[in-house]
Amino acid sequence: MVNKFVDLITSLKLTIVCLAAGMALIFAGTLAQVHLGIHEAQQRYFQSFFVWWPPEGRAIKFPIFPGGHLIGAVLLINLIAAHAKRFRWAWRKLGIHLTHAGLIIMLAGGLFTDLFAVESHMRLANGETKNYSEDISHDELAVVDITNPEFDQVTAIPESVLQHYHIIRHESLPFQIVVRNFFQNSRLQVISEEDTKAQPLANRGPGAQVMVQPMPRATAPDDQNVVTAAIEIIPIDRPGDAVQESLGTWLVSDELGAPQRFSWMGKTWQLTMRPARYYKPYSVTLQKFTHEKYAGTEIPKNFASQIALIDPERSLNRDVLIYMNHPLRYRGETYYQAGFQKDDSATILQVVHNPSFLAPYVACVIVAAGLLVQFGYHLVGFARRRRALA
Amino acid sequence: MKRFFPAIVFVLTTFWIGASFVPAKKSHDDLGLAGFGKIPVLVGGRVKPLDTVSRNSLLIIHTKQTLRLDNGRQISAIKWLADTLFNAPVADQYPAFVIQNADVLGLFGWQQSDRKYFSFAQLTPFLKQIDEQGEQAEKLQAVERSAYQSAILNLRNALVLYQRLKNSVQPEGAEDFAAELQAFEQAVPEAARAARARETGASFDQAQLDRIAEVMQGYERLADMAYLLAVPPPSGSADWRSVGQAIMQSIAARGIDPTVKLYASLGDAYRTGEGAAFNQTIDRLTDRIAQLQPTGVKRARYEFFFNAVDPFTHSMTLYVLAFLLACISWLAWQRPLNRAAFYLLLLAIAVHTFGLVSRMYLQERPPVTNLYSSAIFIGWGAVIVALILERIFRDGIGAACAGAIGFITLIIAHHLAGNGDTLEMLQAVLDTNIWLATHVVAITTGYSAMFLAGMLAIIYIIRGVFTPSLKRDTADSLARMTYGVVCFATLFSFVGTVLGGIWADQSWGRFWGWDPKENGAVLIVLWCAIILHARWGGFIRQRGLMIMAIFGNVVTSFSWFGVNMLGVGLHSYGFMQKAFPWLVGFIISQLALMCVASMPLERWRSFRATGATRSIKPPVDFVPPELAVKTTAE
Repeated sequence: MVNKFVDLITSLKLTIVCLAAGMALIFAGTLAQVHLGIHEAQQRYFQSFFVWWPPEGRAIKFPIFPGGHLIGAVLLINLIAAHAKRFRWAWRKLGIHLTHAGLIIMLAGGLFTDLFAVESHMRLANGETKNYSEDISHDELAVVDITNPEFDQVTAIPESVLQHYHIIRHESLPFQIVVRNFFQNSRLQVISEEDTKAQPLANRGPGAQVMVQPMPRATAPDDQNVVTAAIEIIPIDRPGDAVQESLGTWLVSDELGAPQRFSWMGKTWQLTMRPARYYKPYSVTLQKFTHEKYAGTEIPKNFASQIALIDPERSLNRDVLIYMNHPLRYRGETYYQAGFQKDDSATILQVVHNPSFLAPYVACVIVAAGLLVQFGYHLVGFARRRRALA
Repeated sequence: MKRFFPAIVFVLTTFWIGASFVPAKKSHDDLGLAGFGKIPVLVGGRVKPLDTVSRNSLLIIHTKQTLRLDNGRQISAIKWLADTLFNAPVADQYPAFVIQNADVLGLFGWQQSDRKYFSFAQLTPFLKQIDEQGEQAEKLQAVERSAYQSAILNLRNALVLYQRLKNSVQPEGAEDFAAELQAFEQAVPEAARAARARETGASFDQAQLDRIAEVMQGYERLADMAYLLAVPPPSGSADWRSVGQAIMQSIAARGIDPTVKLYASLGDAYRTGEGAAFNQTIDRLTDRIAQLQPTGVKRARYEFFFNAVDPFTHSMTLYVLAFLLACISWLAWQRPLNRAAFYLLLLAIAVHTFGLVSRMYLQERPPVTNLYSSAIFIGWGAVIVALILERIFRDGIGAACAGAIGFITLIIAHHLAGNGDTLEMLQAVLDTNIWLATHVVAITTGYSAMFLAGMLAIIYIIRGVFTPSLKRDTADSLARMTYGVVCFATLFSFVGTVLGGIWADQSWGRFWGWDPKENGAVLIVLWCAIILHARWGGFIRQRGLMIMAIFGNVVTSFSWFGVNMLGVGLHSYGFMQKAFPWLVGFIISQLALMCVASMPLERWRSFRATGATRSIKPPVDFVPPELAVKTTAE
């Protein structure tokens, strides 16, 4: 039994089956990008253990094909197991060993990147300074205690928590947040004065004059989801105190830009729905954004952002030019020129934190060397045989 | 005859090719359109000769590089351009615009008939309608447009280009532009005095001021419309200006730029048909530009030469000839035909290389910068590898592959050139010669090898199934070649793919983004890996290798073209609706070949022919000799 399993897991047939399944998956996933968009297709096909059908919204779903993670993992196990079992040192096998060792590094690096890499954006207007980057696809509800003029105390609640939990409590908040409604994507409409029957979800703040229309989740790369939630703030009952009454229900949404304030027990809080933030121990200031075009055309020639990087911890203050194919790498993060505002007044930098970014570089060199050695060995053998024949 | 046949073929074709490298004679009295074609201008961000501008513009408007008039006379692109620039009323009558879509014709109340070319004059009454309809179509994504919408948008773009050309070096329809400019130059100082007088409150000539303002408005329109930036900046600067802009700036510069005046006299000479004056003005204009932009003039001359030689059309013809010779050599006259094919291929690859290197020189870039150049390069790479195979095996197989792939890829390139300039400027992210030279070259070399392996396999199948010519040793050498080429493809596809990932990591911040083009590349790598492992594991033999190599063609064509048609991702350089049926047809043909190859071996003509010995063994026992030798040796 065990032997059979070992045979299976180390077999060349399994390798071929995995490779073929990988091809089928990549082909299907590529076609699916037309309708789902790259991001969604990537998550369903490649960054999953199974491809499910029907894809969403039904109670029952079936795995219809192995996903990228499963195929990758089986291939990795197969590769390692086969080499562990059959490994015998011989010079003529050097190429094969090198190639597969490189592949192991590459697959493992890919898995690491999938698990640990974080991508975010930093959008800077001319002259603006930021010490955080923002998530591209996820929001957070920021509850900020602004009572003390010296500093703000921020409690950030991720979008996924709002989506899946009904009552949210946190030690830094003297009240609980009850999520009455949550929309992954929505459209807001101001209630007209004639419309007396409308029942807004909120009773406090500007949200009290707004109707929420749920929308399907946007998948196209350029479409933005407007996350909206109706939240009720209810003080936490403490033993001995009288039963506390609700402070009201607010509507928080990407479309309601300005923070909403309320005061209670001598403190003032702000509520904002905003892209999730990643704070840095340093700050970045945009000094100048340049956008060059070829003469007489609209073809972009170059984008460049000149920024000032200020890191008090390391007493560093320097100017950096970030442009196409020349990112800034600093403290484990990499800043790329990713986009710009249409009138060139702001730049968008892609911020990537990827601890395993070196793996593919190393792997590439090893595999290429391995293939060269292996095929070179074949070629020399072939030439020798021909000479012997001649 | 047999003995000298290769030499005769080689000498004749060499003469034919050599002739295209010799410039045509020019006579003094004719309008020197060759000299005119060499004048450099800036269009699309690149300095190029008027010859290139004329060919590309006519290609966009007319879909051909020559124009047949209603009276049956054929005129060259440069003649058409000269008329458009200098003699618009004549050019307006040329049947240059293509309309084939019945709905577009119906829009004008015309019925679809044999006629598909129309002149600007014929379209003039409908310009407003075309503009409105085109504007609506433009708002849609390319994928969403109907055939009618694409056609009307194309027509609108062609008309816009034509009208911009007409207003590039003089206002359209100007009769005596040199005199007009002189009058303007004289009037300007007085107008300036009048303007100063108005500011200080002194008396001034209002009529004079109004007249000059009206003229200025005309030039402002000229500056807005111009398609060519014809006025060179002083050397060191890259800010070419249009004639209209230069005239607008002439007030501040206290005089009109000499280039503008030269263009004006050139136009006047052209309209009156004074050959001597025209040629003389061209020389003066060229001298003037050469003083300011010496490299621009040098490059433009070279590009003119490159256009005239037309290397890719010539090498295409040679490839077809070589392919035919190589195929016939398997049936008769083996050695002489084979050798002739090889010589032809050497000549073809020389001309092909000349074209490729010329493009690199003109663009100052590595060979592959867009889809067009990828086709050129894939053909080039495959032909070279195939020639090496031919040199080793000398059996006409490498030659046939070289001929077929060279021809097909150049045909593909020819059809990809319809959008105008094939030496277009590169988007900012591509503006890096290191990655273009490594990643792109490695990937396209991988494509070359895949197609070559596929072609070898096709020859194996066709010769084996349909002819008795696939002898055992031929089959073995084909198998060895295919295997070797697949190894080569694996190496380059893998390295190219990973280099692409590293480039992406450098410019976008992720090594792998599951972009369609990346997926296409990794599909090739996976397929190569499957072929190699299946062979090493003994799961496939000769025939299996061939079938899988043919499927490699399918995978590669999907990766090269198919993913671009999806219209998503960062690599999609334009949706190619027109190519879709061709791609589907190609894939079906390959699948059909795979089916043919799956027929039982006793049905193959080559193996049936030697049936006397073979029929003893069941067909599954067809062991490739190479493997058989191995098993006995061990």
